[in-house]
Amino acid sequence: MSIQILSPRITVVKPWISLAVKEKLIHGFFFLNGILSVIVLLGIFALLVFTSIPAFQEINVGSFLFGLEWNPTSYVKEQYGIIPMLVSTFMVTLGALVIAVPLGIGTAAYLSDVASPRVREIAKPIVEILAGIPSVVIGFLGIVLVGPILAKVFGTHNGLNALNGSVLLAVMALPTIVSISEDAISNVPKSYDQASLALGASKWQTVIKVKIPAALSGIIAACMLGMGRAVGETMTVLMATGCAPAMPESFLGPVRTLTSSIAIELGEVAYNTTHYYALFALGLVLFIMTFLVNMTSDIILHKYEKVNR
Amino acid sequence: MKKKKMEQFIGFMFLRVCIGLVILALVVILYDIFSKGSGVINWEFLSAMPRKGMTEGGIFPAIVGTFLVTIITALLSIPLGMGCAIYLNEYARKGKVTRLIRMSIRNLSGVPSIVYGLFGVVVFVQLLQLNTSILSAGLTLGLMTLPWTITASEEALKNVPQSYRDGSLALGATKWQSIRTNVLPYSIPGMLTGAILGLSRAAGETAPILFTGAAFYLPFLPKSFSDQFMALPYHLYIMSTQHHAIEKVRPIAYGTALVLIVLIFCMNFVAIIVRYKLRKVKME
Repeated sequence: MSIQILSPRITVVKPWISLAVKEKLIHGFFFLNGILSVIVLLGIFALLVFTSIPAFQEINVGSFLFGLEWNPTSYVKEQYGIIPMLVSTFMVTLGALVIAVPLGIGTAAYLSDVASPRVREIAKPIVEILAGIPSVVIGFLGIVLVGPILAKVFGTHNGLNALNGSVLLAVMALPTIVSISEDAISNVPKSYDQASLALGASKWQTVIKVKIPAALSGIIAACMLGMGRAVGETMTVLMATGCAPAMPESFLGPVRTLTSSIAIELGEVAYNTTHYYALFALGLVLFIMTFLVNMTSDIILHKYEKVNR
Repeated sequence: MKKKKMEQFIGFMFLRVCIGLVILALVVILYDIFSKGSGVINWEFLSAMPRKGMTEGGIFPAIVGTFLVTIITALLSIPLGMGCAIYLNEYARKGKVTRLIRMSIRNLSGVPSIVYGLFGVVVFVQLLQLNTSILSAGLTLGLMTLPWTITASEEALKNVPQSYRDGSLALGATKWQSIRTNVLPYSIPGMLTGAILGLSRAAGETAPILFTGAAFYLPFLPKSFSDQFMALPYHLYIMSTQHHAIEKVRPIAYGTALVLIVLIFCMNFVAIIVRYKLRKVKME
């Protein structure tokens, strides 16, 4: 080894392309790789739009958006109204938020301000494990565990209803809400705490009147991300909400969301029929809804980061 | 003064109840699955084909199917995710394009999984004529996993100190040489950890594979990547909602749920081990 270093044999190997060109090529390669995500996102959107368009050659846009009945396989007259599904999606999501938002914020506040480091060390992985449980398993528990309990408590025929879906979606949205809210609360400058405590406020008053309000934009963003998850979740609502395609009547009745309608019907429909295209239109509606929710929360989070800096 | 203390006590109690409920939810989920699922788990359940319309026998093809699909998912999402992260962390300058890329990534991770399924049906199943197959399902899941892999890889790259790059560049290495020799070796453990965590989530997903390749009942193993397959999450869905004798196959459903959860926990465990081991090697 040492001999080589003492008498190096210098051989100039001419590269087949110059180093600078090679670097440029590599840069270009990674750039293409980088914009891939933009391409995929636009691709998904474009594909949903183009596959939905044929549906509207036969379906009136107005009766699609405002129709009160969804019955694409009717022998008499096919109905493509999405209002029942929108109401269903709205109901289960709202129910989930009513459960998950207070719980999530409370947990986040506990983790950031009350818990001892050791408790935090244990509790944080628990929230992460909860996030890792597959939706189909949660849906399954909706059938075998939550459903029978709800049926017993409310005396309904079976427990597969909107309330069941809400409970399950709350469990699924919780990890998102907790972890992002906790970040937001922990990121409130220390000086806020100190000022509040120095003025004689108790620790509880500081958490509730100073820290949570100061972190509010981050918390709202967290809740919106949780909401996005609930709106787009398929398997749990498909399995646990009963899935009757009629207009939902109450939280104790069956509902059928946008996602579960796609999941149920896409398996049965023939490719490239009006019904098939209509399902892509549902997908487009779903995509736009989640996109708006996510964008809004993104903007809030972004603004919030800037303020804190 | 007393009132304030009382108020604080009640307030903190409320927060404790909140976290107690969250922990309770996890405990109930795990307890129910483990207590009712562990009874059916034995070697036959894991290694045998389903028999008699899935009312007896094992779930071996579903385990194999999930494994094969995850391979395809990994082959698509790990390289692309790493590449994108390298661009964002090493090459990209602050500007509109970078902002657009980051925004897209965040939005992609919020796209509902069923929408990825729709995308897979049109692009992979129909357009690229892969039909309903392991390949179509794996690619669909790969796209879905992409934003997670990118985020995790970027995090790993960020953890490499800037001085590693500066040192290499100062010695006359080109940008790519610096990245290859001084950045990637140190960030690979983190990248792999993130990738495996992403894959574990993909392995548990059902909605994207519903129409891209998962099959109801196949009492044999797939012969190639262009065959249909059985998958654990889809099998659980079938066994708990679509089977003709639902009550009878409930134990099998519980067993499947347990295997799926254990599989996912194992993957998470492997991810943590990988990070630990590789980091140790690097330190020596």
